[in-house]
Parts: sequence; C-alpha cells; structure tokens
Amino acid sequence: MRLFFSSFLLLIGCFHKEDEIVLLNVSYDPTRELYSQINQSYQKFRSSQKKVRILQSHGGSSKQAGYILAGLRADVVSLAMQTDIDKIAQKGFIEKNWREKKPNQSTPFYSTVVFLVRETNPKKIFDWKDLTQPNIQVITPSPKTSGGGKWNFLAAYGYFLNQDSRTAIQQVKKLYENVPILDTSSRSSASTFIQRKIGDVLIIWENEALLALKESKDQKFEIIYPSMSIYAQPMIAVVNRTVKLKNTEEEANMYLDYLYTKEAQEIIAQNGYRPIDKEIYEKYKNIYKEINLFKVEEVFKSWEEVNKKIFSDGNLLDEVLK
Amino acid sequence: MNSPIYYSKKIKFFIIFYTIVYLVIIVIIPLSSIFFKSSELNLEKFFSIAFNLRSLYAYKLSFLSSLFSAFINSIFGLITAWVLVRYDFLGKKFFDTIIDFPIALPTAVAGLTFGNLYSKEGEMGKLLGFQISYTPIAVVIVLTFVSLPFVVRSIQPVLEDMDLELEQAAASLGANPIQTFFYVTLPYLFPAWLTGFILSFARGIGEYGSVIFVSGNIPYFTEISPLLVVMRLEQFDYAGASAIALVLLTFSFCLLVLLNILENWTKIK
Amino acid sequence: MKSSKLVKFFLIGIMILFLGIFVVLPMISLLVNAFKEGLKVYFNAIVHPETLHALQLNLIVAVFSIPLNLFFGVVCAILISRFEFRAKNILLTLIDLPFSVSAVISGLIFILVFGLDGWLGKWIEEKGFQVIFATPGIVLATIFVTFPFIVREVLPVLEASGDEEEQAAFTLGANSLQIFYYITLPKIKWGLLYGVILSTARVMGEYGAVSLVSGHISGLTDTLPLRIDKLYNEYQVTSAFAVSTILVGFAFVTLMLKLFIEQLKRKSHS
Repeated sequence: MRLFFSSFLLLIGCFHKEDEIVLLNVSYDPTRELYSQINQSYQKFRSSQKKVRILQSHGGSSKQAGYILAGLRADVVSLAMQTDIDKIAQKGFIEKNWREKKPNQSTPFYSTVVFLVRETNPKKIFDWKDLTQPNIQVITPSPKTSGGGKWNFLAAYGYFLNQDSRTAIQQVKKLYENVPILDTSSRSSASTFIQRKIGDVLIIWENEALLALKESKDQKFEIIYPSMSIYAQPMIAVVNRTVKLKNTEEEANMYLDYLYTKEAQEIIAQNGYRPIDKEIYEKYKNIYKEINLFKVEEVFKSWEEVNKKIFSDGNLLDEVLK
Repeated sequence: MNSPIYYSKKIKFFIIFYTIVYLVIIVIIPLSSIFFKSSELNLEKFFSIAFNLRSLYAYKLSFLSSLFSAFINSIFGLITAWVLVRYDFLGKKFFDTIIDFPIALPTAVAGLTFGNLYSKEGEMGKLLGFQISYTPIAVVIVLTFVSLPFVVRSIQPVLEDMDLELEQAAASLGANPIQTFFYVTLPYLFPAWLTGFILSFARGIGEYGSVIFVSGNIPYFTEISPLLVVMRLEQFDYAGASAIALVLLTFSFCLLVLLNILENWTKIK
Repeated sequence: MKSSKLVKFFLIGIMILFLGIFVVLPMISLLVNAFKEGLKVYFNAIVHPETLHALQLNLIVAVFSIPLNLFFGVVCAILISRFEFRAKNILLTLIDLPFSVSAVISGLIFILVFGLDGWLGKWIEEKGFQVIFATPGIVLATIFVTFPFIVREVLPVLEASGDEEEQAAFTLGANSLQIFYYITLPKIKWGLLYGVILSTARVMGEYGAVSLVSGHISGLTDTLPLRIDKLYNEYQVTSAFAVSTILVGFAFVTLMLKLFIEQLKRKSHS
C-alpha cells in the first residue's frame, strides 16, 4: 500500500521532459487570452535555443497571491495590483525591491477602469455620479477577492474625493448599494453582465470592455469613459523562492523581459491593454480614448495607506459594504 | 472486544490497525487541523470572525435554504418513493433511474445549468417572469436538486421491505386508507424519512460548487457560509477560514450524531 | 376503488412534475446549450488538448483513489460488522463525516496540512515533492470525499447476512484469506460494485474540494469540472456545456450500470 502511495508521488516528476523548461505564470483573471497569445509567441521565440513551456493559472488577483503563499509554485507572477505582489514579498518569496527589477516599475502595460453599458445607453450613464442614482444596477466584482474589484473601488472613491471629500464615503456607499451581485473575480462579473444580462452598467477593466465588444455575438454594448479614472497598474515579478528551487531564474527573467519587446507589446495592444511602448501605443491609439487618469499615489498617499485604511479587515471597505 | 474466531490473529490485527491508520491519516489529522488553526485565534478574535453579523447572516442563509430544500425534498421525496414502490406504470424505470442523477453529476455543472436556466434569459426565468437567479430562491432550487436523492433513497428500501400485512390488518380493523396511511404507514416510515431529511439538510448546508453559480454573494443577503471560508482563504487568513469552518464542521457533526442516534433507535425497535 | 385510482394518478402526476422540473428540465437545458453553436464547436471543445488532459487527470485520480478506498472500505466494513467493540458509533460518525462536510472544508483541511504554512508543507518541499497544487493533492482530497461510499454500501450487506458460513468454513479448516475470498467476497460483490460505481461518479465530478487544492494550472492540474469552470470564465459558455456533456454521459453510464447490476443481482438470487 505504501509503495503504491509513494509511487504516484514520483509519477508527478515524470510529467516533465528533461530537456524542457516549464515556467508557471500565475496571473489575475482577465489576462487569460493575453498570456495565451504571448506564451505562444514566446515559446516560438525561444524554440531555436530551448524548449520552453509556459503554464498559466488564473483567478482573482488576491486569491492567486494567497495560493502562492500556500505553496503554488509560480515562477513568475503577473497580478492586478502592487499590494498583491507586496503580500508575497513580505513573506520573503519575492525580493523586497522587486519593483525596481523591471522597467517602468515592473509595469509592462497599464489599463484603466471604464463603464460598459447596454446598446443605446438607455439609463444615460456617463459618469461616476450616475452610478449612485436610484434604480441603477451596478455590476462590479468584490474588492475583497478581486484585484479588478479593488481598482474599481479606488477609481470610484478617487473620483468622489475629487468632487467633494466630505461626502465621498457616502457616495461610494450609495454606489455599492446599487450592486446586486458581488462576483469573486473580474471575469465572473463580466459574465454576469454579459451572459446573464444582469445590471445596467458594468464597471470593468478597459481591456475587458474592449474584449466584450469584440466577443459579444448577439448583443451590442457601448463603452462609456467617465470624466476621470484610475491609472491601473498590473505588475509582474519573478518569484525568487520558486526559481531558486527549480533553477529557472534565467528563463523566468527572460520571459518577463520579453513582455517589453515590440512583439509582446503589440499583442498587449491587440488585447486592449495600454502598452508602455510609445511607438506601439501610437499605432493602436484609436482603440483607446484619452482620459484623465490619476495614480494611486496622487490621491491616496501610498499603497500602505490604502491597504491599512481601506482594504484591511474592519476598515473602509467593510464599512462601505455593510 | 469480541472478534470472530475464524480470522487469524495476524489478520485481525491487520484489520484493526489498517482501519485506524487510514482513518487517522485521511480523516482525523486533516480535520483536526481546523481545530488547531482556529485555536491560534484568541477567544475574542474567534468570536469576532465566526460570529460577526456577516457570518451570522451567511449561516442563516445556508441554514434556512437547506431547511427549505430539505423540506421540499421530504414531501416530494416521500411521494416519489411511494409512487415508485407501490405503483406500476409506463416509464417507471426511467424515473427511478434519474433520481440518482444529482449525485452522479458534478456540482459545478449543476450550478452552471441552473444558473443558466433560471437567469433572466433562461427558459424558466422567462417563463416565470421574475428574477430568480441570484436570489435565495435560486439557492433553494439548486439545493433541492443536489440533495434530491437522499430522501427518496432513504425511504425506498424501507417501504419495499414493509410488510403489507400491517396495512391490511389496519384495514380489516375498519380503518380507511387515509387513517391507515397516517397511523400505520407514516410512523413506520418516519425514521427513514427523518434520516433522509437530515442527510438532505446536511448536504445543503455545505454545498458550494453549485450554489456559487446562482447566489449573488451580497454580504448579509445572498452570501453562503462556505463562501466566507473561501474568501478568508483567498485573503490568506487561514485562522479565520478555520474559525468559520469549525462552526460548520461542528454543525455537521451534531447532525451526524443525531442521525446515528436515530439509527440506533430504529435498530432497537 | 375509483378514488384510489384518482389518488394514484394524482400522486404519479406530482412525482412526474417534480422530477420533470428538477431533473429532466435541467438536463435537457444542458444538452440544448451544449449544441447551441453546432456540432463543430461541440467537437472542438471535447477534443481540445486541455479538455483531454483534464479527462486524463480525472482518470488518474480515479485509478489511484478508488482502489485505496475500495480496500479500506472492505476492511472497515468487516471490522464494523464482525467485531464487537464500544467505539463503533464514533467510528461510524467519523466515516460519515466527509460525506456531510462541506466540500470547501474538505479542501481547506488539505491546504492546512500540506500547504507551505501547514504541518507537512515545508517537510514535503524539502524532500522535493509536491503535494498541494499538484496531482497528489487532488488525489488526497478526492480520497477524503469519496471514501465513505464503499463502506456504506458493503456494510449493510455484511450486517444483513450472518457469519455462519464463515464459521462453518472455519471449522472445515479454511484459513482467514480463503474464508474472505471464497465466502465473504461473493456475498458483498454487488454492494462493492455499486460502491465503486458511485465513487467513480463522485471522483469524476468533485468540484469544491478539488477547486481549492488544484491551483488551476491549465493543462496540468485542471480536472474536468475545473475545465468547465475555466471555459465558462473565458466566455466560452457553449464549450463549457459541451464538456459538461462528458460528465453527464458518464453519470448516465453510471446509472445504467447500476440498473444492470440490479438486474444481474435479481437474476442470481432467483
């Protein structure tokens, strides 16, 4: 019996071929299609020198971070926000100064938060303040489990603080009172709005909105850009703990560096994300609308502040969701 | 301990040893981890997580929706078992077989299907006109599906074994069919019926995979208890997740103990 | 007897309505949705490499977990039915516990034990193995959720039949293993078969517990239910339903087998 039991632990090792390098990229929810294409491109790019296989795991950003801490052997992470990667770094899995390791503060692409509404925009939704009106149903993912959910929250909060800092919290509360369903991840929210046809407006990543326009076959949607929104920065990092274990440090770094190349930036733009490469951005400029974007540090002082005062247990987020 | 004489000492030892070891490794150690993890919290923190308002609402939803679905299954399960055992008709085999479908099907598929069916665009959603998906009603419907077999399959064998002479005796003493049913048949079936109810109920409380597709996850309204555990897990708050899990586990355990007492009671009878 | 005919029709009608709404309708809905976009999309979904790998993973998990549970199920059932001891009730409750405990909890406990922060996590990693977020973890969680099935099927059979035959064989000089193989095993074979069928169905379909311990690595640790979830999340709802039909087909086969066994059983008893 024991022989039987231990033999299958060994079986797992047999799934890898010896001359192949396998990397696991643990990412947040909406990047499924993006990395599917990037990985194909990367594998082809490396094929002349080495056989590389990139595996993907997707889920709510904070959830994925939690899994990595529980033992999910990610070689690299590509998560929705800095705090999720910081959480992993805090436990020593990632180097403390990870942000400086890659160009642009480890941000190969950025995005923002926009609204997706039904064809002809019957409820006349044009800006954040319209979301607090009665009889409007807002779909947004749960800020507790979803990176996108957190960005949406901060974008809304930032806007209301800008309007009138005294009533900001109440306004945010009103917005969330209009939310009938809090899905656990960005993609689930999008599914709820698109497949299940629930809600009047979906607060979502810009790239998700663009994807929805492309993918929806039997429905038409419109993207509404609010007067201002947040500079949403998904970030990447090498998980030092894993790459040391698996001896994949070199390949992992090469993979992340690849995200900054022209090929990858093109794929990124084609998928609706905003590339940081200025040339590519110019080329695809027409997809995006110019929008007033604020950075987290501008409005909220710092990510530590955000985590401490807003997202951690018992603080602003819990207050708002009551 | 009394053991059969026809097994050699070595075999007897193996049987006892193997059972204990297997159970310890597979059941006891993993389950005890919940106790240990939640004990990392001091009493105050434990209560603030396991019994805060949001958790209480989640327990209430899980509890009530399981209760309702168990109830629905009890009534219709009894009828179904009765019909299948006592009557003969075309297609009986078909209906008898599909009862086990909910057990054989993965919970996620059930969730997907019901979520689709009862959404605004689904056939049932359109038929009934009002919003069902993402309300507690949808949760009850899905739970009814998932735990459907329990009541039927608990009552069926007992009903099949039941000696018709009991009912005939009552009839010969002058009881009409309704009286016979309520005073003879029902009491006879009651333990099995209750067993099915409890099983159905216990299943409903812990159900996650299917419900998550149809519940809205709005705190204090449509959040189910297992979701709270998952959320804590995703925030890497293992102790908190364990705390809530402990509450659910204790509840399941109590139900099981109740069930066992019931089974012993019927054996004595 | 006219009133009883009425009652009969009424009751049958209720049953048909109930099962129709709660079982037949969803099944039809599932099938309709799977084929909504035509046969081509359906087949593409089924033969997609990730789907096939998920199927393979499910089968691997089954191959490992079912024999283990089978062996334990028989041994445990013998222990409970043939031995006398006081802790029997506790044993029975323990056995039923995985059955009634939430799938989420079933997954949580294995993260607690085998996760990096858990009891065995660091030790396992040092030894170079991976349990959680890899196949072994999925197998363990599956073993946990499915092991009551076989015990619960074999036990009643053993309890119903006495052990006179075993005792007789003993007096005739048979040893323990012979007694088991020639006397006990034939008695329990139907219960055993049925338990295996149920376990297999559950192994293929388990979602909640596996969802927590698998890590969702596409092409590596996605089982069929997880693959369905993934397809749903990638806007490929029709494909999700298409892959679901694999599991529905499996459930169907399970039920047919069960019917078949019952026929055989009836034949062998008459």
